[in-house]
Amino acid sequence: MAINTIIDEFKQVAANPKKQLLAYKAQGKKAIGVLPYYAPEELVYAADMVPFGIWGTNDKTISLAKEYCATFYCTIAQLALEMLLDGTMDELSGIITPVICDTLRPMSQNFRVAMDKKMAVIFLAHPQNRFDAAGKQFCIDQYTNVKKELEKISGKEITVDALANAIKVYNASRKARREFVKLANEHCDVITPTIRSAVLKASWFMLKDEYTKKLVELNKELAAMPVAKWNGVKVVVSGIIYDSPALLKALEDNHVAIAADDVAHETRAFRIDAPEGVDPMTALADQFANIDNDVLLYDAESAKNNRGDFVAKLCKDSGAQGLILFMQQFCDPEEMEYPYLKKALDKAGIPHIKIGVDQQMRDFGQAATAIQAFTESL
Amino acid sequence: MAKASPGVQALRDVVEKVYAEAREAKKRGEPVGWSSSKFPCELAEAFGLHVVYPENQAAGIAANRDGELMCQAAEDLGYDNDICGYARISLAFAAGKRSANKFDPKTGEYIIDPNSGKPLKDADGKKVIDPATGKPKKDPKTMKPYSYLEDLNEIAALPDGVEKERRTAALKHYRQMIMPMPDFVLCCNNICNCMTKWYENIARMHNIPLIMIDVPYNKTDNVEESNVKYIRSQFDHAIEQLEKISGRKFDEKKFEKACENANRTAKAWLKVCDYLQYKPSPYSGFDLFNHMADVVTARGRVDAAEAFELLATELEEHVKNNTNTLPFPEKYRIMFEGIPCWPKLPQLFKPLKANGLNITAVVYAPAFGFVYNGLDEMVRAYCKAPNSVCLEKGVSWREGICKENKVDGLLIHYNRSCKPWSGYMPEMSRRLSKELGVPAAGFDGDQADPRNFNAAQYETRVQGLVEAMETNASAKGK
Repeated sequence: MAINTIIDEFKQVAANPKKQLLAYKAQGKKAIGVLPYYAPEELVYAADMVPFGIWGTNDKTISLAKEYCATFYCTIAQLALEMLLDGTMDELSGIITPVICDTLRPMSQNFRVAMDKKMAVIFLAHPQNRFDAAGKQFCIDQYTNVKKELEKISGKEITVDALANAIKVYNASRKARREFVKLANEHCDVITPTIRSAVLKASWFMLKDEYTKKLVELNKELAAMPVAKWNGVKVVVSGIIYDSPALLKALEDNHVAIAADDVAHETRAFRIDAPEGVDPMTALADQFANIDNDVLLYDAESAKNNRGDFVAKLCKDSGAQGLILFMQQFCDPEEMEYPYLKKALDKAGIPHIKIGVDQQMRDFGQAATAIQAFTESL
Repeated sequence: MAKASPGVQALRDVVEKVYAEAREAKKRGEPVGWSSSKFPCELAEAFGLHVVYPENQAAGIAANRDGELMCQAAEDLGYDNDICGYARISLAFAAGKRSANKFDPKTGEYIIDPNSGKPLKDADGKKVIDPATGKPKKDPKTMKPYSYLEDLNEIAALPDGVEKERRTAALKHYRQMIMPMPDFVLCCNNICNCMTKWYENIARMHNIPLIMIDVPYNKTDNVEESNVKYIRSQFDHAIEQLEKISGRKFDEKKFEKACENANRTAKAWLKVCDYLQYKPSPYSGFDLFNHMADVVTARGRVDAAEAFELLATELEEHVKNNTNTLPFPEKYRIMFEGIPCWPKLPQLFKPLKANGLNITAVVYAPAFGFVYNGLDEMVRAYCKAPNSVCLEKGVSWREGICKENKVDGLLIHYNRSCKPWSGYMPEMSRRLSKELGVPAAGFDGDQADPRNFNAAQYETRVQGLVEAMETNASAKGK
């Protein structure tokens, strides 16, 4: 298949999640909304349902959600609630609500109250002390609760074999996305920030086997192409999410290519695989335990600046000339980690810029000017 | 200020002692810890380790009007102004930032802020009016210098001499501003997840160990066995870490004693809180905000338990004699939701006093009432922090206190600093208001950053609440 055809398909999916949701419903499949962060989608897949990512939207403004939220909350969570309230997500049979940040904690309650008569709301508390046997057991207990709730919705048991298969499917998908990220760097003339974003975003709205099949095809096509001779600048992007078309265009207008990312909506979500060939619930807990260098998770080696150093190394290894941090407004974990990220970047001699974003932003003039000034300084 | 009763004075002395003992321990070279307020203090007590509490410190710094200065200092270090004000103040302090009295570098004389100080009063207690301005004269003894931001690292780098001496002397010396720096940190995220990143930052700044007890957010009214096992295991790990830090073995007897004290303090605290059930109340619930310092910093100590017990006997006397310490007649009784705006306590109090609104219910009562028997119950008790319980539990807590303490209205603080606390407050407010049949009014504020509080909006909202309570009272034929 021609490379542009595959890219267009991803673009279509990324731009029209609702259409995608309706298509799955038409196939007789149930779909489960998956809120950030780190919900084990494998369980949904193993239940023969469609995991459907909910990361807010760039197309709506907060209106109905105001009934539940004060103004000083992350717009991703507020707009997720907006879409659940205004009918956009009515085709879902349930949602999974992790509570790993201070906004998601109380929002899990708002989601439950607001969706009381509409759909099942499945609560998930991850362990922060996730490394030892007790932490992993708690994670397994939580995942077991999620599994039971999903079984109630699907009406059938999630078997060990189905879950083991889901893990394989997901590991393959994660591997393909990691490969794509590398290829996107090498072929940044073809894979623009907009295309890169669309390809990765589509993964949240597609069954992973279908998605991976297309992505592997795209990766193959890319691998066959000559490596780009890039005259623009290359950066690592960090943050929670940066999928606004206007923001991506601002990057392109300034000849910015994405060398790699440290973004929750992108690489942070597929960096770590689950072990195969072991009990699959244990494997999922192991996978969560192995996730590190993440603003949302407790760093057991707190006295060191592991995450900052990790991102600085990512910049060096990917050949980026600098880093753009898209700071999600009201995101405490990102904000708390910034001074030490800055410290690590400064130490490594990597220039960076911090640009505030939220999903209700419509005017990106200031952001575009900041990006322009930054790229000119590189 | 009216003379404090022996019970209130005893409570103040306990907190003073906690800080003083920590300073002395630091001088002796013993490790001093910084702890989150709802970390199980019994664990450190079992090792005889001295621990101080950044949340209490930040509240104190904010109440001493240095909140904005320290918050801005943290912002200059790169911490966004969206971050909790306590965390910002604490991180600035941890980085060596201090509030100091401004002086003239040439003369060393302090530069007095003309807006500071209290009115001068004559022998009859009347305000003395300045004939030149027609305004009340200031009592020079109460006037203070301007504040400026100082940096301990800069002072340390100075050569010995006049500048170093003057800058050192200018540092403010109230107890929260001279809290010793940490050698280890104790973090429990039953309050919030912000705590985790806040303490990680401190651990990095000082290259010190962090002991983390993760208390997952709870979806149901009860604490499941799975949560208990997970948290118990973390207690065991924390004990191992504390053995290394203290160089001592875990002392079971000391631990049991600390638990006994903590239970005794919690019960006495709850007893004091319960006196707000009387109508009229024997004291102003606003006072509880001050007494919180003891349940935060000293609940594992016998002197805290004794001080609360003493206060309880005083309150009992008031009830018997039909007297009270209220600074105004109680007209309406309200629940105050959330942490107070520490930098703006006088502004917070003013319209309450003017309208006869006594706070008779605060969620802090159950929030620090950690009563338990045995380790598993202790784990369950520490799972019940206001920000780690589900909506239904939160509603039932408040409903219980509001009913017992007979409130007529709800004053809801939408606290910019505290996302987990304010996050389901609109629904909480609706449910409580409906269940109790009382009006609710919300206002925007902040526990530590004065820039997020608007006195005019607050007064308007309080006025609205008063009117709604009047209407409610008329409808009920009161």
